[in-house]
Amino acid sequence: MKARIPSGTRDVLPEERAELRRIETTLLGVFDRFGYGEISTPTVEFQETLSRAGASSSGTSYRVLGEPGEDLALRSDMTVPIARVASSRYRDADLPLRFCYIAPAYRAVTPHRGQPREFLQAGVELIGAAPGAGCGEVITVLSRSLEAAGLKRFYIGIGDAALYPSLLAACGVAADDGEAVLRELGDRDFVGIDREVAALGISADDAALLTRVPRMRGSAVLDETVDQQLDGSLGAIREVVGSLDDDVAGRIIPDLGRFPRMGYYSGIVFEVYDPELGEPIASGGFYGELLGRFGMPVGGVGFAIDLDLLHAALAGEERGETGR
Amino acid sequence: MNDFGLTIAIPRGALLEGSLEALDRAGIDTSEIRANGRKLLFGDIGVVTMRPSDVPTYVEAGAADVGITGKDVLMENPERQIFELADLGFGRCEVVLASQEGPDRAAAALSRLGVMRIATKYPRIAAAYLDQSGRQAEMVTVHGSVELAPLTGLADAIVDLTATGMTLSENGLVVRETIAVVTARLVANRVAHRLKADVIEAFAELVAGDPTIRAQTAQA
Repeated sequence: MKARIPSGTRDVLPEERAELRRIETTLLGVFDRFGYGEISTPTVEFQETLSRAGASSSGTSYRVLGEPGEDLALRSDMTVPIARVASSRYRDADLPLRFCYIAPAYRAVTPHRGQPREFLQAGVELIGAAPGAGCGEVITVLSRSLEAAGLKRFYIGIGDAALYPSLLAACGVAADDGEAVLRELGDRDFVGIDREVAALGISADDAALLTRVPRMRGSAVLDETVDQQLDGSLGAIREVVGSLDDDVAGRIIPDLGRFPRMGYYSGIVFEVYDPELGEPIASGGFYGELLGRFGMPVGGVGFAIDLDLLHAALAGEERGETGR
Repeated sequence: MNDFGLTIAIPRGALLEGSLEALDRAGIDTSEIRANGRKLLFGDIGVVTMRPSDVPTYVEAGAADVGITGKDVLMENPERQIFELADLGFGRCEVVLASQEGPDRAAAALSRLGVMRIATKYPRIAAAYLDQSGRQAEMVTVHGSVELAPLTGLADAIVDLTATGMTLSENGLVVRETIAVVTARLVANRVAHRLKADVIEAFAELVAGDPTIRAQTAQA
């Protein structure tokens, strides 16, 4: 009888592995050029360590049976382990710190949907830099990495996790009352957003603003007049986009409705879209509180590229060029 | 391809006519779809037709940029990563819990046996609803003629979609509880939503039609 492997995992055979290796080498070369040092961390960590990040953005992690009394889990990303390393080994080091990695991470999936439980990520973390300059640097590294890997038609969507909560507060909505709107916003359920905003009982002008902003995306959004209408709430996004080289800025799609459903992102967030794929191939953002939970009160910014999705997008673009 | 450059997934069945009217409002020539009951792919106008429950699958994968399907389908597949853009107002139905006329068999089963058997095409909507009210239920998933299940003793009650209640009453069933009111929704792929933002907004505005009608259905 054939021995099976768990659903959502897979073996990578030489032909594919060689292609992935070429991508990995290219990415690591770019990360290195920008001064990011490669690190690796254990696949298993104490559950208590991983849970300090709060509800994980990529789903519940796998619990592992360790020695009696040990509560272990598989990491669901590399950001939290790197925050742990930085806080325990680099607490007194000069900032900022620059780390990169290529490593598998694990997440719970819906069975039989073809979602991987184990997925290979390549990414960087920049720790202790100013938010605006840090995001500008990391988005540049992201863009240059994807270009070096051969990806041509990608765009980078950029949003601000703090934007909508601050608009809610400016409209006089108490944090508890705004929860329901934020939940719908996280799902990008516009019917739900309209319903929950209507239920807030605020002025018609404020309600119109709160239902309009989540739909606002595209480069026209960065116009100064829009920023003035929103009382300068676009400052963070405009600062980052303004700091980018023109060709990187040309790939940016501002997206005011982007609100990460859960996780540790507290400021600028970004995602990479390629017309070849129906899902984002990379994501990242600024986290202000995460390192503080490890006793190192500085912010960080990072991204993770899903290598299998990048590989698929590269293959798709290649097919497109040869006329399918 | 249509003027929007969008691949549009629309549902066959009860939502087809309303979906075609929505496309008409967007200025897409639907005559070929109306004339052709079996063809599935209409490349000239960028439209693919399919079962309503397949629409989220196509849209999530990006095989279609936007699609129209029932809210019931979206509720049954909450893990699908797609964006719900607008309530189109048509195709209004209720998801109900129904059982045979007379003394409620489901309530009796629950009180005597502590659990009831529910036949449904919507096991997740049904389970979530009953779970919320603290009731134990065993789901029996069936794919058609759900009304048959209580009549044959397969289940104590059903959770199903009803527009007029006609099929229910013809089979001697009565609505015990209304779980949700559902209508047709416009959904979008999350990458297309960013990369084709302008055309998707323009398309959504046209197909969503008269906003006052939508407001009324939202309140109902």
